[in-house]
Amino acid sequence: MSMEVTSQNFEANAAKALRDPNLRKAMGIISGPMASRRVETARELPEFEALRDEGVKIKNHVLQHIDLYLEKFEQQLTARGGKLHWCRTPREARETVLALCRSRDAKIVTKGKSMVTEEIGLNDFLLEHGITPVETDLGEYIIQLAHEPPSHIIGPALHKTREQIAELFEDHHPDYELNGKKAGTRSTEPQVLVTEARSVLRDTYFKADVGITGANFLIAETGATVIVTNEGNGDLTQSLPKMHIAVSSIEKVIPNLEDLSTILRVLARSATGQEMSCYTTLSCGPKRPEDIDGPEEFHVVLVDNGRSEMLGTALQPLLRCIRCGACMNNCPVYHSVGGHAYGWVYPGPIGAALDPHMIGLETARHLPNASTFCGKCEEVCPMRIPLPDIMRHWRELAHEQQITPPLQRWGIEAWAFAARHPWLYRLGACVAIAALKLLGKDKGRIASLPLASGWTDGRDFPAPQSAETFMSQYKSKKKAA
Amino acid sequence: MSSSRDRIFATLRAGLKHTVDDPARPAAVAERIASHPRNLLPKRAQLPHAEQVALFTAKVEALTVTVDSVAGTADVPGKIVDYLARHNLPSQLRVSPDPLLQGMPWGERPMLQVDYGHGRSQDLVSVTPAFAAIAETGTLMLHSSSTTPTTLHFVPDHHIVVLKQSQVTGTLEEAFQRLRDKLGDVNNWPRTVNFVTGPSRTADIEGVPVLGAHGPRRLHIVLIADGS
Repeated sequence: MSMEVTSQNFEANAAKALRDPNLRKAMGIISGPMASRRVETARELPEFEALRDEGVKIKNHVLQHIDLYLEKFEQQLTARGGKLHWCRTPREARETVLALCRSRDAKIVTKGKSMVTEEIGLNDFLLEHGITPVETDLGEYIIQLAHEPPSHIIGPALHKTREQIAELFEDHHPDYELNGKKAGTRSTEPQVLVTEARSVLRDTYFKADVGITGANFLIAETGATVIVTNEGNGDLTQSLPKMHIAVSSIEKVIPNLEDLSTILRVLARSATGQEMSCYTTLSCGPKRPEDIDGPEEFHVVLVDNGRSEMLGTALQPLLRCIRCGACMNNCPVYHSVGGHAYGWVYPGPIGAALDPHMIGLETARHLPNASTFCGKCEEVCPMRIPLPDIMRHWRELAHEQQITPPLQRWGIEAWAFAARHPWLYRLGACVAIAALKLLGKDKGRIASLPLASGWTDGRDFPAPQSAETFMSQYKSKKKAA
Repeated sequence: MSSSRDRIFATLRAGLKHTVDDPARPAAVAERIASHPRNLLPKRAQLPHAEQVALFTAKVEALTVTVDSVAGTADVPGKIVDYLARHNLPSQLRVSPDPLLQGMPWGERPMLQVDYGHGRSQDLVSVTPAFAAIAETGTLMLHSSSTTPTTLHFVPDHHIVVLKQSQVTGTLEEAFQRLRDKLGDVNNWPRTVNFVTGPSRTADIEGVPVLGAHGPRRLHIVLIADGS
């Protein structure tokens, strides 16, 4: 892991996020329009639910034959003149990309949006070695200027307000001509800011020595990598420089173009609520001898980073993920704390399920607890990944491995013991209810409760109206009837 | 020491456990690639061709794409000149060196400067052909070749696509099959295939949809009725 990890501080990160007014405003956009756009476009396609099932079937089939499909992909890619680089670790992947850039004597590389390059910490590594990576996706560009990690897998800068973005541009574009206006009078209109980023980045596309993109899919049939984007930056990044490097991961392989067609129908709808993203581009190999444009070299850097170990385990369904972001757009915890609180590359429910495997359960132990178990993530996941089950799996493992705090473990064990011994449970309930009634006095509520400050710090705890337990009331009323 | 490739494959095969040695696996994979069966196709675009053309037009217009319908290739330059005038653009076009487009009567428009080649930073308006169009989503399918440089699809501010009605299909699957039929063999597959659905856009600032992020700000289609 290369990006700075702060997942171990989730509780503090979340507390800070809850007090950030800009974040509150930004999260309203995700829980509001972003979540509802998905519902609207899904409704317009009667086959949407059936297509999700088809997508799950495709991915499950691939996972049963993933070794063979990867071999076929490699064979086809090589036949088209591309080169495949297998990388087991983030470090291998970084060094492979650096060596490729050096082979071109690269100074500037443009980058399309890629979560795998975040995962391997590519940008900082290239910078340390004298190569300037320029993120060209607008959201990625904004957070690169702000020196921040992405807070959302498809909208990396959605935590920023337009005022904050205008301020960043003010600081970083000293030469940008504001139609003759003075500095400091920058509009905060999104249209104006988009135009500014467009014109600032334009020359860079043509100056870049290497273009690096991700890949949403790898097609075994043809040896093509596929990117799905809206801005067109990924296509400029991969068609103008002399070398194109696609950095991706092994679980992205799918059999053929029909399977791509099916998954594309659920991807954009789940992600942004579009029927199709603006640009879906298949790339296989470098420019052909007779072609007029295109890169002279085409490389695919294929990263494992622990994915192969997930096969055949409880985590295998996570390998179906197509990184649409629907789980975070619909998660009440993500809506409250935002993406940065999770402290690593993948936030939201998918992060809570995946990050413990990638950065270790000890470090990521809070993330599987960052859930209300409302089940909305599984409900909207186009690949029907049982995210709550996987979070529960991590909770159990954290308990078994004694990673959770001792007090919590003893509490749960005491509870479990009582639950297996009804007389003890009833006795405990009698004592507790009497104590709560006493604490509530005549007000019927309790302002502060030992061991439950997490509740009572924010609101009162309702005191029982009767000092009798449910069971004793049930018995006496049954007798009376 | 074994290579990273070997180690990744060893872990994958260990994860497949009891199924890894199943002799039916290679055949199942080869068959799925060779026969590439279609999965569920939505009903939306399963229509007579004329209705597919109408659906395609409605879908692209909903994405702010403008469409000019013409009776034949002879009318294309006139419509493009009108487009330039409408948007107050200089009379300069960067055009794909494609037989269809090179055969257009550009000479009848002496004020128009037409040159052929790939996209350059100074090019404001490109004109390209398309390979196919998909009615289901209002998507254009274009690909690289010796006569169709793909930078023309992304660099200029305005992308004008000359499309024939007969190129409109229902679904992505049908469009892919047309390309397979044309190429004959996967070894002839082009470097890149571009699916374009509306002009460039972004919602990266506060989720507000804005057109013209990095690719073309406007997409215009000249649709030729070719008696299909």
